[in-house]
Amino acid sequence: MSYKGKFRVWRGDSEGGELKDYEVEVNEGEVVLDVIHRLQATQAPDLAVRWNCKAGKCGSCSAEVNGMPKLMCMCRMNTFAEDEVVTVTPMRTFPVMRDLVTDVSYNYTKAREIPAFKPPADVKPGEYRMQQVDVERSQEFRKCIECFLCQNTCHVIRDHEENKESFSGPRFLMRIAELDMHPLDAADRQNEAQEQHGLGFCNITKCCTEVCPEHIKITDNALIPMKERVVDRKYDPLVWLGNKIRRRPA
Amino acid sequence: MTELERHSYDVVVIGAGGAGLRAAIEAREQGKRTAIVCKSLFGKAHTVMAEGGCAAAMGNANSNDNWQVHFRDTMRGGKFLNNWRMAELHAQEAPDRVWELETYGALFDRTPDGRISQRNFGGHTYPRLAHVGDRTGLELIRTLQQKIVSLQQEDFEATGDYEANLKVYAECTVTELLKDGDAISGAFGYWRESGRFILFDAPAVVLATGGVGKSFKVTSNSWEYTGDGHALAMRAGATLINMEFIQFHPTGMVWPPSVKGILVTESVRGDGGVLKNSEGKRFMFDYVPDVFRAQYAETEDEADRWYKDPDNNRRPPELLPRDEVARAINSEVKAGRGTPHGGVFLDVSSRLPAEEITRRLPSMHHQFKELADVDITAEPMEVGPTCHYVMGGVEVDPDTAQSVVPGLFAAGEVAGGMHGSNRLGGNSLSDLLVFGRRAGMGAAMYVDQLGSERPKIAEADIDAAAAEALAPFELEGGENPYSIHQELQQSMNDLVGIIRKEEEMEQALGRLAEFRGRIAKMTVEGHRQFNPGWHLALDLRNMLTVSECVAKAALQRQESRGGHTRDDYPGMNADWRKLLLVCSLDADGGVNVVKKDQIPMRDDLLELFELDELKKYLTDEELPVS
Repeated sequence: MSYKGKFRVWRGDSEGGELKDYEVEVNEGEVVLDVIHRLQATQAPDLAVRWNCKAGKCGSCSAEVNGMPKLMCMCRMNTFAEDEVVTVTPMRTFPVMRDLVTDVSYNYTKAREIPAFKPPADVKPGEYRMQQVDVERSQEFRKCIECFLCQNTCHVIRDHEENKESFSGPRFLMRIAELDMHPLDAADRQNEAQEQHGLGFCNITKCCTEVCPEHIKITDNALIPMKERVVDRKYDPLVWLGNKIRRRPA
Repeated sequence: MTELERHSYDVVVIGAGGAGLRAAIEAREQGKRTAIVCKSLFGKAHTVMAEGGCAAAMGNANSNDNWQVHFRDTMRGGKFLNNWRMAELHAQEAPDRVWELETYGALFDRTPDGRISQRNFGGHTYPRLAHVGDRTGLELIRTLQQKIVSLQQEDFEATGDYEANLKVYAECTVTELLKDGDAISGAFGYWRESGRFILFDAPAVVLATGGVGKSFKVTSNSWEYTGDGHALAMRAGATLINMEFIQFHPTGMVWPPSVKGILVTESVRGDGGVLKNSEGKRFMFDYVPDVFRAQYAETEDEADRWYKDPDNNRRPPELLPRDEVARAINSEVKAGRGTPHGGVFLDVSSRLPAEEITRRLPSMHHQFKELADVDITAEPMEVGPTCHYVMGGVEVDPDTAQSVVPGLFAAGEVAGGMHGSNRLGGNSLSDLLVFGRRAGMGAAMYVDQLGSERPKIAEADIDAAAAEALAPFELEGGENPYSIHQELQQSMNDLVGIIRKEEEMEQALGRLAEFRGRIAKMTVEGHRQFNPGWHLALDLRNMLTVSECVAKAALQRQESRGGHTRDDYPGMNADWRKLLLVCSLDADGGVNVVKKDQIPMRDDLLELFELDELKKYLTDEELPVS
């Protein structure tokens, strides 16, 4: 059942690094993270890796396995041939801190720039009434475990550091969609999505949806509807007229 | 003098799970400058693993529910060992705490009339758990995280600085609490990334570090659960209670080996799933203890009718409190009626249509499909007990969450008392919210009372804390911490696990003493930058202290109750119910355990129970005179 697996793991820090070859024991039923842990316990005690729940629920162990953005805890070893070399590298879009650990602070900065849920002024706690069918749209997006794999894979920022300033990435555009679709949110989200968070950069290649370990339909259910709402509003003749009138000098 | 960065706060919260975040929100809303320090990234805490829901007697699903019923269920679940004042506050305040989450943006599943839906769970009389499918913990943590962000946005508006009054120090570990005389003066730690030291000058510290599961081999807990808060509290002079009570969740995955212990939510049973042995028998009917006989069904027909008509039928025995179900599974496996991989079958596939299963239990479906290649809509799961929760923790004042050390507070799993000898499912998330808020309030009040008399940090204490943290680098040629950790986990699992015996616990104490010697001599390779070997070495100290508490208290308590089962003392004993075992550290770092009387329950709370029920738990002298 058990065999010696061939692993190539990126070792290094912000100054630079290289792929190192290891031979590690692999047992039946294991995932990539198990093997990385065995590597740590037996050959490389200082190998840096983030992880928490080991069950695909916390989104900590994101990395690239043979070039594919994945959660290491959900990447089963029996998807590889026994003689196949498994290459594990850190997420490419974020600066490396050490080994497989990257600096994901970009995401926390973007999260903070999205205005929070604005509770309705006239509804007291305990008196919120919403229908299941109405909350389900936002609930899908709230399944997000913030593994940031969608951010990592998105070509707008993957090799374009310069776009990070003006583009919040699929995770946070989806957060805006989530708030926009919240039945009781009292804030206006559409203008901000386009103007502040770079919704227009997204050209719906659906790479984010493909790598989402929670199988959230980020593009179809969040980004495209959000684009439609923005467009509806931008070209709505009444809104256009309203904007003209308000801008007229007194 | 040790080189480090220094920060000054009113309140420092250690831990960023539900309790820590709720405490920080409260302290900040009370106008206190607050720091949150956590070992992982912000939003990754173990609270995300909570699946089933958050218990609160809102009465949305059954209008007969109220705080008194919830209080009674909680006391029964804990076999009356609970701190009754905590159980009372918890039952009374949980609904407000859940409703408050909606104002932060939480989206719970709904009833047909648009209110928060509530689901059935083990030990709860009525459907009581607010939930979002089976990912309620994630909703809770994300909601609180987003509330923190919204408070930071308010501060940004006012000051131009998001972090003016509330800052998260992520991937940062606290290794020591500092004191000035008797009172807390601050906390010392290191950045996991760089290994650099960091000092928080603060008169109030809230511990919200969660549990101790990483001392056991088979556990649903993540690497963070190393009992840091328990150990920090003890080293600062605080006391722990109820450490002998460890909850083994009845349903953890048993296969494949690498995921052994990972949780299978109780909602599977709440929504109709049944437990069967290898002979296909629903064995739980054989394990209903006398104290619960009146409330549980005796036949499969009655149990099945309960899901549709709970007012006229008794509950299925699969929904007994967790300790009962875990022991029953343990017995079935021991008797040779287990599954191929040493568990029992949990079957929901023959009970609900496939699409209903994927709608109600999406993450369970996902988890089994991805990790075990099992389709739970078509075949049964294999499950067995897994170390899940520690009922024991820091002894606190129920109303303010303050420990015996001035300035030191504790909330959530790291605090003791609320759940007695066994916690009901769903009572953890509500505990986090109720006592997280109270700890934040208690800390703010304490800081107000201090006025300008803030305790001061002594430089010598900083140097000592730094030396202690660097000790594992000093030695060469010693053992690596990973192997000691594995042996510790194996020993606790085998010798102080779900069923306990005197000889085995004596043996465990012998091994723990030996580990203490080996830990003092272990070696860490590499340098201080993001070095998991070093991090584990520091956490191991805490795990060892906590394990000693568990083993010593378990050895003393000569009865079986809730999460403490003695093979040699199988019965529950009313004289022991009155007693708490209190752990503290002596001068040379060893664990002391002393007995302490429980405070008798207030009369108006006693009157909520029938005399016949009280007789099962209380001594004759404690019974109300009627």
